[in-house]
Amino acid sequence: MSESAEQAHQEASRKLFMVVWVSLLVLTGVEVFLAYENLEVKLMLIILMTLSIVKASLIISYFMHLRFERTSLVLTLMPALVFVIVMMFMAFPDSVRLYEMKPK
Amino acid sequence: MADETMSAHGLHAQAGAMESAWEGGGSPYAVGSKKLGMWLFIVSDAITFSALLVAYSYVRVASSLWPRPFESASIINATVMTGVLLSSSLTMVMAVRESKRDAVSKTVVWLLATAAGGILFDILHIREWLGLIHEGVRLFANPWGTPLFGAAFFSLTGLHMTHVTIGVVYLIVVALGFRRSKYSAEDVEVSGLYWHFVDLVWMFIFPLVYLMSAKLA
Repeated sequence: MSESAEQAHQEASRKLFMVVWVSLLVLTGVEVFLAYENLEVKLMLIILMTLSIVKASLIISYFMHLRFERTSLVLTLMPALVFVIVMMFMAFPDSVRLYEMKPK
Repeated sequence: MADETMSAHGLHAQAGAMESAWEGGGSPYAVGSKKLGMWLFIVSDAITFSALLVAYSYVRVASSLWPRPFESASIINATVMTGVLLSSSLTMVMAVRESKRDAVSKTVVWLLATAAGGILFDILHIREWLGLIHEGVRLFANPWGTPLFGAAFFSLTGLHMTHVTIGVVYLIVVALGFRRSKYSAEDVEVSGLYWHFVDLVWMFIFPLVYLMSAKLA
């Protein structure tokens, strides 16, 4: 009985991985489609970053299994990483300013 | 006598407390030290890639003359590369699953399939590099616009390609070691964490480097 329960679990996890894989491919397809739409650079950057963060979360949560690890591990790894990355954007508004102040 | 029992009981309670996760006993994260080590490496490597990507995005948004050398053929090539890398993550997940069931030969096959995906990715990427070099892109010069394009492109994709190549070697070593029972299922899982991370980084490089510099009708 436990063997069949194990098998059911295996089957469920295989299905879950397939769903994650297909969603990642679909999100990639959306990104490529957007590139063909020739959007403005700033808007394009924001949309692509958002989609990429969704894809990264899917990979971390399911492929890297972090969703099923103990909360203490997640809390040790993720907030510090997110904080450091967010701080890197501190001077980012300057890039837009540089672009707009430049003589064209 | 009663005191003795009390103190023995007290000692026992203390020993119990020592084993609790937050008292420094046992395994606080319920993962092995190899897995924790790989996670810590991944976090620091993620910061390295973030620094490069943020710096690149800064220059990209600030430049009005950023080159857009990637036409449809390049974008299709890069999309195929993305598909290959994503699929190799799926085969890696399969390898980890089979290794936990002790299915040795299946694990080895899935691991080698993952490594093959990495090799295919490298070949397609080197083709792209050679094409750009042939068109005259150098680290600090290119025929089209902002000279920094070459440095940004080659350092970002080059660092990623180095990771893929190291990953291919790592996976092959783990596959051969797992077959000889030198490595355990945990080692396979840890190599999987690294491989998924390499895939994850590409999920940022592909849109930011390729799609933001595409010239499509």
